Amino acid sequence: MKAERSGFLFRSPVIVSLWFALLFLPFKGMKGAALLFVSMVVAIPVLRYAARKARGITLPIEKVREYFPRDRRYLAVLLIPLAALPVLKQDYLLDVAIIAGIYVILALGLNVVVGFTGLLNLGFVAFYAIGAYSYALINTRLGWGFWSVLPISILITTLSGFLLAFPALRLKGDYLAIVTLGFGEIVRLVLNNWDSFTKGPNGISGIAPPSFFGISLDRLSSYYYLVFFFVLLTVFVIRRVRDSKTGRAWIAIREDEVAAAAMGINRMWYKFSSFAFGAFWAGLAGCLFAAKMRFVSPESFTFMESVFILCMVIVGGIGSIPGVIFGAIALVCLPEVLREVQMYRMLALGAGLVFLMIFRPQGLFGGKRVPLGG
Amino acid sequence: MQATYFFHFLVIFPVFLQQLINGLTLGSVYALIALGYTMVYGILELINFAHGEIYMLGAYLGIILLGFFTAAGLTAFSLPLSLLLVLVFTVIFCSSYGFTIEKIAYKPLRDAPRLSPLISAIGVSIFLQNYVMLAQGAKEEVFKSIFGASGFSLLSARVTYLQAAIVVVSWVMMLLLQTFVMKTKTGKAMRAVAQDKTMASLLGINIDRIISLTFIIGSGLAAVAGLMVAMYYGLVNYFIGYVAGMKAFTAAVLGGIGSVPGAMFGGLILGLVESLGASYISSEYKDAYAFIILIIILLVKPEGLLGKTAEEKI
Repeated sequence: MKAERSGFLFRSPVIVSLWFALLFLPFKGMKGAALLFVSMVVAIPVLRYAARKARGITLPIEKVREYFPRDRRYLAVLLIPLAALPVLKQDYLLDVAIIAGIYVILALGLNVVVGFTGLLNLGFVAFYAIGAYSYALINTRLGWGFWSVLPISILITTLSGFLLAFPALRLKGDYLAIVTLGFGEIVRLVLNNWDSFTKGPNGISGIAPPSFFGISLDRLSSYYYLVFFFVLLTVFVIRRVRDSKTGRAWIAIREDEVAAAAMGINRMWYKFSSFAFGAFWAGLAGCLFAAKMRFVSPESFTFMESVFILCMVIVGGIGSIPGVIFGAIALVCLPEVLREVQMYRMLALGAGLVFLMIFRPQGLFGGKRVPLGG
Repeated sequence: MQATYFFHFLVIFPVFLQQLINGLTLGSVYALIALGYTMVYGILELINFAHGEIYMLGAYLGIILLGFFTAAGLTAFSLPLSLLLVLVFTVIFCSSYGFTIEKIAYKPLRDAPRLSPLISAIGVSIFLQNYVMLAQGAKEEVFKSIFGASGFSLLSARVTYLQAAIVVVSWVMMLLLQTFVMKTKTGKAMRAVAQDKTMASLLGINIDRIISLTFIIGSGLAAVAGLMVAMYYGLVNYFIGYVAGMKAFTAAVLGGIGSVPGAMFGGLILGLVESLGASYISSEYKDAYAFIILIIILLVKPEGLLGKTAEEKI
């Protein structure tokens, strides 16, 4: 009886709105609180009505999925307009596309760790930073070109992936998440404070753009094709690895670690390889980022950046390659499209994460059979 | 004999004693925040990322409410009364925030896989940071100094009244909490829920109410910590919650997560390490100490200094 009454109170739009308005009151004064109250009183019944109406309708994504050809290779058709993008001669568009491409690589790399193997890594940005800084440092100090530094820098990043995996993988779940977060912060603090080596918060400028058989790729369109090539390579390799024995072992560990171990999977080795393989792509993305910006500073590699990349993986659909690509592109492009509301970007991102976890934990694209690792 | 040597040591090394006092102040605050983490983790096994933001809200509310009372003329009438009112209202507001956050972001996910509430908590944390930034502006807010730098000297070091107040208030609150958890019936119910939720509910304990209560108490303590730190440093911005939250979480893990005395102990150690490390090793890496301690403790003794080893269930 009592529970029912409190349930009724909790559901009454006026009471709920009043409660939130009161919480908001000290931060924005009477006017702000009143505005919030009025808009919530109006919005809550409307949203509830909409939710009741929408109950029977499946999400459009699931509808679209039915009409999609079973063979995903048809999706390659989508590449044609993307490859033709520089024809438009819109520098701004290319700029956004390049950044989106770099984030696609990053998010796909994180997806290997979080999506396939089910290990939450909250310090992924550390690998991104190591990739970018190793390229920046070798390039500016030794004067080596993009193509000779790229493998070295990726190697360094992959090794650092192993280095972190060594202690971190003895832990589980939330503890693993916290240790990776700590690793990310320590890397950032070192970059920020080791002035003599990394030039501290001022960052490193004057990084050379890559060249290709003597042609400097400093024009946006040529750089776009470079990134485009690497994105395709990433998607191709990650798809193949996912469908290989290694990928199956990762997914088995995600689904049930004990059962996987019982089936003879060396879980330590596969967790190691998953961490290092994820770091590999972050190293590549870091190099591309440093070469594109021609400037790196610790500011680009904060915890928020890690969360941002994680959001791309989660929004699109954890574990799903097309989902993650969609998530990365959407999260890079949306704030560009919605310039006026850019201030509210992070606010919406935070609220969006909560709602996504409650209503659609598998992400927008994720299928039913991809649960979050637990 | 030993004590005399230590006494001489303190007289000879004034910097050490001063840092000890600063560390004690800082550590008390960390301990206060760590309690919120440890209580929530004990009951829900959730790292409540939003807890640091509650502390930040407390700091902001302190500035806002004190400004309001000054404008209303209450501060001029009676400073202690207005400070008390600021404290009470800050605690009420932050507890309400904690309560609301639990209801919205964690309760629907109680049976979800472990990572879902964690990500939801990160979402809440991002939301609250930006919420305060948009409502209050991105610039740093100044908390007007009330106590000034007045204080008393202890041996060769100086203790401001504010520092003394922080230590006293923190430890009184912590002891009250410890008594509440160990001696009252509700505290017993809390411990029962932490041990086994299903069993506790079979014995007639209202789990939802206990969890809400945990969030309310934890947020209230964080609010007190936020208010005191705002007075201590005099500057507040919208991202203080993240660093303080991480440090408090470290303190909770250090002492053994889930254990109330562990959180107090861990907070104290962390505060001392940080202030001594900052003066004797390097102040640039001040924020890194917490993370390094955290990583070492998780690798060497993940159950913490005062925690119990939990059997892993398959």
